[in-house]
Amino acid sequence: MILSFVEHEDGKPEDSSVEMLTLARDVAGQHDVPLEAVVFSAGEGVAEAVGAFGVETVHVVDHDGIRDYAPEAWAESVNQLVSELEPEAVLAPGSERGHEVLAHVASKRGLPMAANCLDVTAGEAYELTRQRWGGTLLENARLTGETKLLTVAPNEISTEQIADPNGATTREFQPTLADEDLRVGLVEIEESDEEGIPLGEARIVVSGGRGVGSAEEFDKLEELADLLDAAIGSSRAAVNEGWRSHDDQVGQTGAKISPTLYIPCGISGAVQHMVGCKGAENILAINTDPEAAIVDHADYAVIADLHEVVPALNEAIREQKDGA
Amino acid sequence: MNILTCLKRVPETGAKIVLTDDNQEIDTTNLGFTMSPHEECAIEEAVQIVEGQGGTATVLTLGSEEATEQVRTGIAMQADEGVLLETDGSEWGPRNIAGAIADFVRQRMERGDGFDLLLFGNESADTGNYQVGVRVANELDLPCITSIKDLEVTDDGVVARREIPRGSEVYELDLPAVVAVKEGLNEPRYASMRARMQARRQEVKRVTPERRHERGLEKLSLQSPEDDDGETDILGDSPDAVPAIMDVLETDLEVL
Ligand SMILES: Cc1cc2nc3c(=O)[nH]c(=O)nc-3n(C[C@H](O)[C@H](O)[C@H](O)COP(=O)(O)OP(=O)(O)OC[C@H]3O[C@@H](n4cnc5c(N)ncnc54)[C@H](O)[C@@H]3O)c2cc1C
Ligand SMILES: Nc1ncnc2c1ncn2[C@@H]1O[C@H](COP(=O)(O)O)[C@@H](O)[C@H]1O
Repeated sequence: MILSFVEHEDGKPEDSSVEMLTLARDVAGQHDVPLEAVVFSAGEGVAEAVGAFGVETVHVVDHDGIRDYAPEAWAESVNQLVSELEPEAVLAPGSERGHEVLAHVASKRGLPMAANCLDVTAGEAYELTRQRWGGTLLENARLTGETKLLTVAPNEISTEQIADPNGATTREFQPTLADEDLRVGLVEIEESDEEGIPLGEARIVVSGGRGVGSAEEFDKLEELADLLDAAIGSSRAAVNEGWRSHDDQVGQTGAKISPTLYIPCGISGAVQHMVGCKGAENILAINTDPEAAIVDHADYAVIADLHEVVPALNEAIREQKDGA
Repeated sequence: MNILTCLKRVPETGAKIVLTDDNQEIDTTNLGFTMSPHEECAIEEAVQIVEGQGGTATVLTLGSEEATEQVRTGIAMQADEGVLLETDGSEWGPRNIAGAIADFVRQRMERGDGFDLLLFGNESADTGNYQVGVRVANELDLPCITSIKDLEVTDDGVVARREIPRGSEVYELDLPAVVAVKEGLNEPRYASMRARMQARRQEVKRVTPERRHERGLEKLSLQSPEDDDGETDILGDSPDAVPAIMDVLETDLEVL
């Protein structure tokens, strides 16, 4: 069988887990074995939800010490389940918890682990494609080991339900945990008092780079963002200059966004920036350099000084709004 | 408090990545080298903690002789000590890298010269394996947390925060511990020219690490992801393009 680590909130699987399940089902099909899942805390409806993606059995880990997330204890639970079930492979989403839990499992079992996989040809060894460099480069690799351990790159796989789902059977699993397994765990959640539209959820993102020139000059971009109900983004260069906080950074080591419209102003389009915004449906670039990579990647471009274009655009939008 | 920070030398790619003819490596002929932004933040954190409460900050890398350049960047950022686990420069897998780092830490502990905190980047910039820190923690049987964006040293250990949508998760760890961090943790200092010159003169300790495992994840080849870039519609080369932009916003994209 193939075991999948599914993250869910109150029974609703996370997107990255559903994407993972789509690849996991493919791997199970190649081996001609069933697909099973392990979840922590039984949310209402989780069996039905994962059943729709081909999971036949859901192992619900039940232990008083780990109602909340505890990386080592969750990993030890998965580890014990792997010893019992002897799956061909364990797949996890390429999320923070997915990577963390599976890395612990890999380490406990002395096995290799392949992070951020995109596709797999299963066999004695697995041939797979995975992301390197945050997705700016792909690696074709061979994975060996008694149990294959892999995480699945988020936002890359289009999900597909099975034709006639029957829902999955639920089974409780009680791990044996030592105090040591429970030493690290979620203590509390602090809510932030940030206002405004979170970058990851914004429909439009107005973004600035080194070409903006200063923190003050970002005011023009803020104004445009206000007029468009957009969030503000930035390149790493603008963050390093101290003009924006890192929360605004889009890219390999910043946010991955997929708005309807992305408006990069004074951003050159380095590969590490582009992996953060490649999910954007449309890109409208404003840049003085026609040769800049961002212009190539854009759907629409204005080859001009952002300090002139953005205020003129703000004015035009304001007029249009007043007229309406 | 004695802190070890682990970093990795990687090519500094820009607008486009060029591969060697055999598709095995990035063609670095015209490239400089750097480390992951996460690791820069890890060094900054170590140095700030040591500046605040004393102790030493050690920076370590496993790689070829050339990787001393990145170790010296760490020293220029005011780390006290640099260590190179010297290899021939070929790619070591995460199990072997973690094994060699754990060996080094163990030796130091036996000498009575161990570390209270081991800092890692959350993932290396190039191979992105998301696991070296976790493996080191398991080898040394230390508590571990990854994906950390905020770190605070308290009387009892460390409080570490992980970002989630609209807030953060809080974790508490006793020391010694392993923490893997992400960019945004702090604002790394820019090393001055003087600090860089001084760092060049400082000795970097060399250790020959042992490679224990066969590679379990073997690279066959690299490839660039497909560009699905269509044509770019150039709307103009001056503010006169504004009506054209308005047309796109209103008619094509219907966002106004
Ligand atoms: C491991 C690693 C991870 C990284 N992660 C990220 C990341 O997450 N996000 C990220 O953004 N970068 C990241 N980078 C950095 C990245 O490689 C680039 O250095 C960075 O994106 C450049 O930012 P920029 O485009 O603002 O600056 P530049 O490359 O300097 O570009 C500035 C642009 O502004 C244009 N311009 C100048 N003046 C004007 C004007 N008046 N009007 C209009 N246009 C103007 C110029 O033509 C140029 O195209 C990472 C790098 C590494 C090595
Ligand atoms: N060759 C290396 N030398 C020292 N530290 C490394 C090396 N490779 C990885 N690391 C550390 O482990 C972290 C995670 O790497 P990885 O598991 O490859 O994604 C990196 O951010 C570094 O802190």
